[in-house]
Amino acid sequence: MSTTTTFLIESMAILGGLGLAVGLMLIFASKKFKVETNPLVEEIISVLPGVNCGACGYAGCSDFAERVVNENAPITGCPVGGFDVAKEIGGIMGQEVAEGEKQYPFIKCHGGLNCVDRFEYVGFEDCKAVMMLSDGEKGCSYGCMGRGTCVRACPFDALYIGDDRLPQVNKYLCTSCGLCITSCPNDVLAFAKESEKIHVRCVSHDKGKAVKEVCTVGCIGCKICEKNCPEQAITVTDFLAVIDQDKCTACGICVEKCPQNTIEAR
Amino acid sequence: MEKALLAIFLEGVFIKNFLIIQFLGLCSFVGVTKDVKSAAGMAGAVVFVMALAATASYMIYTYILVPTTMTFLDLISFIVVIAALVQLVEFVVRKNIPALYRSLGIYLPLITTNCAVLGVVMLNVQSEYNFIQSVVFGISAGIGFTIVMLMMSAIRERSSFVRTPSSIKGLPLAFLIATMLSLAFVNYFWVIPI
Repeated sequence: MSTTTTFLIESMAILGGLGLAVGLMLIFASKKFKVETNPLVEEIISVLPGVNCGACGYAGCSDFAERVVNENAPITGCPVGGFDVAKEIGGIMGQEVAEGEKQYPFIKCHGGLNCVDRFEYVGFEDCKAVMMLSDGEKGCSYGCMGRGTCVRACPFDALYIGDDRLPQVNKYLCTSCGLCITSCPNDVLAFAKESEKIHVRCVSHDKGKAVKEVCTVGCIGCKICEKNCPEQAITVTDFLAVIDQDKCTACGICVEKCPQNTIEAR
Repeated sequence: MEKALLAIFLEGVFIKNFLIIQFLGLCSFVGVTKDVKSAAGMAGAVVFVMALAATASYMIYTYILVPTTMTFLDLISFIVVIAALVQLVEFVVRKNIPALYRSLGIYLPLITTNCAVLGVVMLNVQSEYNFIQSVVFGISAGIGFTIVMLMMSAIRERSSFVRTPSSIKGLPLAFLIATMLSLAFVNYFWVIPI
């Protein structure tokens, strides 16, 4: 046998032997150090979205799956996956789920460019930072500051700041995780169901005169809507109209009567 | 020539810094430095794996490859050994220390094919370090990696507050930061010899 052939065989033997030894060691280790997990957990993880956003209140998707199996966490707990995922988890766990209506974040302020600026703000482009400077540059201390804290909080790029300097929701991308709602320092965002058509787009509790000075579309608490609503669905408390969505029939009378165009149909 | 351990240590941390002077392991350098927490987790895992890899590869090299004069197989056998070793560590940690696995475990698979780890063991062979020197170099390289990862992630966290033109937001900005960091390191530890 020539030296080259011996060399070739030797190197193959060494590398092959090394690979074999390492492989055997790994097989042994995977048997020896096997972690007993409930197979249901793995199954649930595979149907979850896997974005680890934490909107369910647990530390990521795998933690949520573990809690569902071991600690009876609600199978509808994943707001991102919504009904489809809940149904699949229900199938794995042997539980039935009723379909809930999808809800999206809704911006309870129509200020934006309609609201007067008190001064020009230069600094960190973030609502929380703006708010630290004497409650923000806007004349209204309740409203949206339009600096996009909610936009950055969204892990799905479902929000953007529109031309009117207010956040807009892209319903096709939104997964109802609610991270934008918790991120808003002024609590301007709230969940609204798709079927809820009539909304008061204002959160200001200031008196009518004060609102009129700074915002052309703010609620002045005039009670015209309250008086005109045939279902008594609207109540004005602390100079702000609130709609009881259970009673509202979306007749649209309040939208027409509102002198400030604060109440909006969509 | 015997080198002092302190010299090897400083060399590993600063003068031959893997990320910023040798440009090894850049994938995790730009990928995992978005926030300090994950950067620290990744760096901790790298220190651990580098020390282990330096130990294991020294054994393989001295006791298998040198006696059989098969030293040209070093690269491929190191890859096999490191990958298997990381897998083994993952098994053990997962079984015995679940808390550590949760904070560190997700980064372990990322490291199996990290070229910085392979760089450590190859440099050990090239510099003909003995066993203790190899391990010290492995650990110090990991520490150097950690320092740069933490610096980078802290700067990137801060820079997210800065108004930047939209064209350089994100990765381009990260590369600009890396350039500055690298300049500082090279000037400090390379051009001026210590």
